Amino acid sequence: MTTTIIKTTTKILTPLILVFGSYIILHGHLTPGGGFQGGAVFASGLALLIVANKYETVKSLFEKAPLSVLESIGAVGFLGMACLGFAGYTFFKNVIANSGFLLFGGKTPSGINPGYLNTGGTLPYMNIFVGMKVLAGLTSIILVFFLIMRRERDEW
Amino acid sequence: MRTSLGLLAFIGFTLFLLAAMISIRPFGEPPHREMDDWFITHAQIESSANNVVTSIVFDYRGFDTLGEATVLFTAVSGVLMVLRRKEGMKK
Repeated sequence: MTTTIIKTTTKILTPLILVFGSYIILHGHLTPGGGFQGGAVFASGLALLIVANKYETVKSLFEKAPLSVLESIGAVGFLGMACLGFAGYTFFKNVIANSGFLLFGGKTPSGINPGYLNTGGTLPYMNIFVGMKVLAGLTSIILVFFLIMRRERDEW
Repeated sequence: MRTSLGLLAFIGFTLFLLAAMISIRPFGEPPHREMDDWFITHAQIESSANNVVTSIVFDYRGFDTLGEATVLFTAVSGVLMVLRRKEGMKK
């Protein structure tokens, strides 16, 4: 699987795919997409990186990658953003929206507008946390499959 | 006997599906549209986001997304638990 064509294509395509995934996650409250979709795109870029490299390279690349930490941070952060609604309201209440908070607390003008990044309240936070969680989960599944398949092929 | 029974069941189920298809509502006319109109008119102001789908998924129906995230977490931890090797392969 590691021919020169695939290696060269990976070098060109992987940064673009990762940037596109980050864009989908960060603009989840303005454009189509969101945490799940952007995380899946990001994880597909990392999967391309995984399948186009040798076993030792992948192992040294992803040995320090804090995938389980990212997954846990995503889950706990999502629940924490949901629990912010307990400050006077109910679970999953969007308390930051229209409150003038520094990050993502701006007001959205009603009607047709070009979309402002500094709006959305808790939605961008939840998008970021869910995207982190999805990319860590899918990447770790692909990584485990890849490592075990490669290991058994070496044992044959 | 078996064949005729199967044929009978097939014809009956086909008639049922045809009747359901004839009596279906036309496209774009749901029986209750109050909630849709509420989302379309109020989502941009209440949750301050242009993307109404995201504001429904993460704000109005956050519990659904919480369950989805839990399903994904369970799937990932199950795969990692089943496919774990003894001498520390870092996942």
